[in-house]
Amino acid sequence: MNPSNYLFVSALLFTIGALGVLTRRNSIVIFMCIELMLNAANLSFVTFARIQGNLDGQVIAFFTMVVAACEVVIGLAIIVSIYRSRRSASVDDVNLLKF
Amino acid sequence: MDSAHALAAGSSSLLVWLIALPALGAAILLLGGRRTDKWGHLLATGLSGAAFVVGIVELIKMLGRSGDKRGVSQILFTWINVGNFHVEAGLLLDQLSICFVLLITGVGTLIHIYSITYMEHDLDRRRFFAYLNFFIAAMLLLVLGNSYLNLYVGWEGVGLASYLLIGFWNQKPVYATAAKKAFVANRIGDFGLSIAIMISFATFGSVSFDGVAAGAGKVSNLHNGALTALGAMLLLAAAGKSAQFPLQSWLGDAMAGPTPVSALIHAATMVTAGVYLIVRSNFIFDHAPTARLLVVIVGVITLLFGAIIGTAKDDIKKALAASTMSQIGYMILAAGLGPAGYAFAIMHLLTHGFFKAGMFLGAGSVMHGMNDEVDMRKYGGLRKFMPVTFVTFGIGYLAIIGVPPFAGFFSKDKIIEVAFNAGGARGIIIGSAALLGAAITAFYMTRIMVMTFFGKARWSEGTHPHESGKLMLLPMAILAIGSVGAGALLAIGSSLQNWLEPVVSRGFIEPAPRISPLVVSALAIAAVAIGVAMAYVKYVRAPIPESVPTNVSVFTRAARRDLYQDAFNEIVFMLPGQYLTRALVFVDRVFIDGAVNGLGALFGGASVRVRRIQTGYVRTYAMFILGGAAIVVAAMLAARL
Repeated sequence: MNPSNYLFVSALLFTIGALGVLTRRNSIVIFMCIELMLNAANLSFVTFARIQGNLDGQVIAFFTMVVAACEVVIGLAIIVSIYRSRRSASVDDVNLLKF
Repeated sequence: MDSAHALAAGSSSLLVWLIALPALGAAILLLGGRRTDKWGHLLATGLSGAAFVVGIVELIKMLGRSGDKRGVSQILFTWINVGNFHVEAGLLLDQLSICFVLLITGVGTLIHIYSITYMEHDLDRRRFFAYLNFFIAAMLLLVLGNSYLNLYVGWEGVGLASYLLIGFWNQKPVYATAAKKAFVANRIGDFGLSIAIMISFATFGSVSFDGVAAGAGKVSNLHNGALTALGAMLLLAAAGKSAQFPLQSWLGDAMAGPTPVSALIHAATMVTAGVYLIVRSNFIFDHAPTARLLVVIVGVITLLFGAIIGTAKDDIKKALAASTMSQIGYMILAAGLGPAGYAFAIMHLLTHGFFKAGMFLGAGSVMHGMNDEVDMRKYGGLRKFMPVTFVTFGIGYLAIIGVPPFAGFFSKDKIIEVAFNAGGARGIIIGSAALLGAAITAFYMTRIMVMTFFGKARWSEGTHPHESGKLMLLPMAILAIGSVGAGALLAIGSSLQNWLEPVVSRGFIEPAPRISPLVVSALAIAAVAIGVAMAYVKYVRAPIPESVPTNVSVFTRAARRDLYQDAFNEIVFMLPGQYLTRALVFVDRVFIDGAVNGLGALFGGASVRVRRIQTGYVRTYAMFILGGAAIVVAAMLAARL
């Protein structure tokens, strides 16, 4: 199978994630879209590793997963604490920090 | 020409005490504070008197030496030693300085004594005495310095003392302003002196009197421009300190100070510093005829200027101040006439020191008895109530107008004689001006005398004139004795002339007089008689109005306003400066502030618009990040292609 097909899948996943981040209001959904973008990137890394025939991309993918795991913990904690104080998970309600 | 101060053969360790004693008094009184309130004035008077005693001791020692060896000097320490610029803090006492030392400490001590009573009820009497002592010390430093730089220190000290004493009652804003005015006018003169010091260093490589004298005496330097510039700058300095035209305007206002100050500073000593400077710099002026001509012109203008102002003043102190200005004009005139006149400048200075100090103290005594009234229109008939003041003031009056055999006759007569002998049309002009000045002097002094002591009483209600205390009368009496005898003592047998000859006019042979001295004396006495007669007609025959007459000639009006000296200064010097500052403020506000503020407003306005990008919506930021990333990627791709 042509490895570049994986890249197309990766690009598709990234685009879906990006559109989700830009268009959705629920912070949990936005969060999931960010995860989608991260995993699209991971897929690209792994594919490139395969194409190049070395392990660099694989290793980076592991790093990304570790960072993503940390990010999930902190991000969810923030979302939960915002929800507790505002009874809302909409990102548009959290717009106090502006001009 | 010999160096003047190679004469200073001996040395004396006493000289420093002349300055140290009053300086010590000032330090104790100023640092000791209230603790010295009780005895401070006595200490100050005592120290001033002690300096006088040291002066007498030095005079006696000096008399014991022969003419050329009379000068003594004392090197205190090396003050500045940079490259070939070498200045020692040194003192020099010669025949010229001893005259000043005795005048300053003698008259100064008398005025200290007078002030004990005069300032009795002033809460700040201690500070007053501290300043008086400081003034004496600074003035002694001025006349004892052996170089222009040492002189300059005293010169500035005297200016400071004058400022402090004129503004002594600085709770009154007018007085504080008067002090400031005196200081500013003095500063202009000081610039002249500092430039003169620079010129002398640049030209002769030295600032000491003997160094400059040696340089000025070299034939190659004769009549060169530097000497003329030096002389002109010294004249500017002298004009500032001695209230000469064109820096004369401060002296009238300086009468804001307590009367003893007017007597000490603005009559007997400080204002004579300019005359001292010119006479001391004789080695420069001898070779700078142009500068000397300038000195003569300034002297003549001032002597008439002061005399004219004196005729219109109703304030007794201001009338006397105008007279001081005029008399110092005589001295400057004499000093400008060169070797023939130096000795007479000093002679008039010494006699003037006696009679003018005496008259100022008399004026203070009158004010003391009249509830500090200074308007002569509110005086009248005081001779019965203040007999001692009347007699001492009267002697001063006879001395200043030049009635023989009082002191002023000898000195003024000599100056007029020397002026006539200057030769040619110039001699006739300055001689006639001096004669005219003598007539006007007689006029305005008679006016003062008549308005104060004769005629009907015109006092304001509740005034009970009375004679002042003994401590005030004693100095007045001593000064009156000096006003009688000093002239004859100094003039007969040319004693002062011979005394000063080694310092100021070495080898000068007096030319045969063009006009007989007797004729000059007769003319002078006639001028005085005319002046007195005119004043008699105007102020004794006619009643003196109690309010100031308003329908007077333009001349009187001009004289009342000091011949528009203040208006002139304001229009010529103050207004252009004011307009300049206004223009600069305008430029600053419109252009510089405009540029700076405009730039600020530009960025401020821009930021107000740009900050709208910060919407607070996460999506917007995500969009920017995405867009930015896309641009970066596109750029990288573009670079690749």
